[in-house]
Amino acid sequence: MKKWIDRIAARIFTVSGFTTSIVILLIIGFLFKEAVGLFSNPIVDKGYVLALHPDNPVKELSAYQIKELFDEEIDNWKEVGGNEQPVKVFRLEDLDNLYTEEELGAEYEHAGQKIAEQIQANPGMIAFVPEVLIEKEKGIHRIADRTIPMKDVLLGTEWFPTATPSPIFGILPLIGGTLWVSFFAILIALPFGMAVSIYLAEVASPNVRKYMKPIIELLNGIPSVVYGFFGLAVIVPFLQQTFHLPVGESGLAGSLVLAIMALPTIITVAEDALRSCPRSMREASLALGATQWQTIYKVVIPFSISGITSGVVLGIGRAVGETMAVLMVTGNAAVLPTSILEPLRTIPATIAAELGEAPAGGAHYQSLFLLGVILFFITLFINSCVEFVSARNKFKK
Amino acid sequence: MNKIEAKNVDFYYGNFHALKNISINIPQNEVVAFIGPSGCGKSTFLRLFNRMNDLIPGTRLTGEINIDGKNIYDKSVDVDLLRKNVGMVFQRPNPFPKSIFENVAYGLRVNGIKDKEFISHRVETALKGAALWEEVKNKLKESAYALSGGQQQRLCIARAMAVEPSVLLMDEPASALDPISTAKIEELICELSNQTTVIIVTHSMQQAARVSHKTAFFYLGEMIEFDSTKKIFTHPDKEATQNYITGRFG
Repeated sequence: MKKWIDRIAARIFTVSGFTTSIVILLIIGFLFKEAVGLFSNPIVDKGYVLALHPDNPVKELSAYQIKELFDEEIDNWKEVGGNEQPVKVFRLEDLDNLYTEEELGAEYEHAGQKIAEQIQANPGMIAFVPEVLIEKEKGIHRIADRTIPMKDVLLGTEWFPTATPSPIFGILPLIGGTLWVSFFAILIALPFGMAVSIYLAEVASPNVRKYMKPIIELLNGIPSVVYGFFGLAVIVPFLQQTFHLPVGESGLAGSLVLAIMALPTIITVAEDALRSCPRSMREASLALGATQWQTIYKVVIPFSISGITSGVVLGIGRAVGETMAVLMVTGNAAVLPTSILEPLRTIPATIAAELGEAPAGGAHYQSLFLLGVILFFITLFINSCVEFVSARNKFKK
Repeated sequence: MNKIEAKNVDFYYGNFHALKNISINIPQNEVVAFIGPSGCGKSTFLRLFNRMNDLIPGTRLTGEINIDGKNIYDKSVDVDLLRKNVGMVFQRPNPFPKSIFENVAYGLRVNGIKDKEFISHRVETALKGAALWEEVKNKLKESAYALSGGQQQRLCIARAMAVEPSVLLMDEPASALDPISTAKIEELICELSNQTTVIIVTHSMQQAARVSHKTAFFYLGEMIEFDSTKKIFTHPDKEATQNYITGRFG
């Protein structure tokens, strides 16, 4: 009977362990699959094509050039390697202004022909039209279709995921925003967190510690939206006034909110680590005539450094992955940050803000998955750095 | 001349009266052993000499403890300086998470010594004094945790001796060690008494008999008897001592 229970228990643990691990792996696999799918999307919206006059020598356009053309930032073809010729943009809507319904046909059956006419009549025209309409038309020249190049995404400095006809997925501003905000958050949180944890572990009287520790732990349980609200109500106006900013929503506001949020984690984990230093070690140091501070920074901190770093990493992890509070206070401008006082946008905030409006399966949707994967790699990288650093501490047991 | 004089010492952990009216005179450069059953206060008494009990909240002391004629519980006493002068070796080896060299150099460094040559000279002397030099001279940069338990304890003795204390307190220094390591430590204690006053707390009466010149017997917070080791172990004055050393209780 006992044997059976043992066997069944072992089975249950094996099965549940395996399924959990496999499910997690599948989730990661799914993330990657969706993310990689982005690079098989054409740079122009699916089902559409860009058509030019047959004499126009331009064969290829990058997503950025297309956007500039349609925003009328580029108004001459020579800027993109063509002839001296003004650009004329043509969208499907323009068809209705130029022709009557009768001319186009009830089912738009003549539309393709009319588009071709327009293009042939205007040597500088670029037309953004559904591919099906002009499939059979001759005498026009289509911009070569190609997939979104990886380089433009990973090194791109512009994020316009909803631009038509050609969305731009340059993720650098988002990565920059994330790292920038997290870096400053840690810069602020680390000294304060260490100071408080040392105070609690080494200086505070048992009574103070008894009340302070649960209160600090309580801060961990406050939902991030509340911190965001606090940031919006207090920190943002404060920064706006102090630095005379046009808007208070800025990277610094995000960093401050994140620092406040990361503090309880850093404090509790670091304090536990400091207190895990055995009494015998402290006594040994004091018995040699070391002062309390010498004991703390020469013995206690080196002894508990791995615990302290794990607290810091948990804090960084929270800062890098935090979504809601950051979304609320950073102003969400997807530009490469040059100063911490400017609005910026982080990866998690982007995913949260845009996933709702991105059509499932589309390029925009897949680009958000790519952001998720990148976030995953950032945290992975930070974690491995810490593993590496603590593994180098060869004097540990 | 007496190195240490304790006068009418009473010590309390909160309400618990741990040491009762103890007076003792410990002469310079002798080895004194404190023996007695567990919980009798001998370790507590030992830890009074470098004010280690200050670290425990809720303790209270009355009476006087003089080292070199000065009351160490006087308000003007610099505790860090006192502890530099009164070294301590603990029951379990407790090296720092540092290299072997840095462990021994620690006491010098925290006392503000920066001269590298002086430090390495002192470290070598201390390690030789602790009979550890030959075993570690080629791996001074390695972690102290790489050493065996007995080596670690000798390292702790070297660490304590590096600052050249005039008194060395040893709280059951060999209780966690095997017989060979114990023998080495005992040998060491005998040599140390040439330069320092050694007070050793021990559970092993054989150890007390082997290493000490004088022995004090503690029982239930009182010092029952203090005399030359030879007398305590052959014909003690008190019956309790007699019973303890013959193994009738404790």
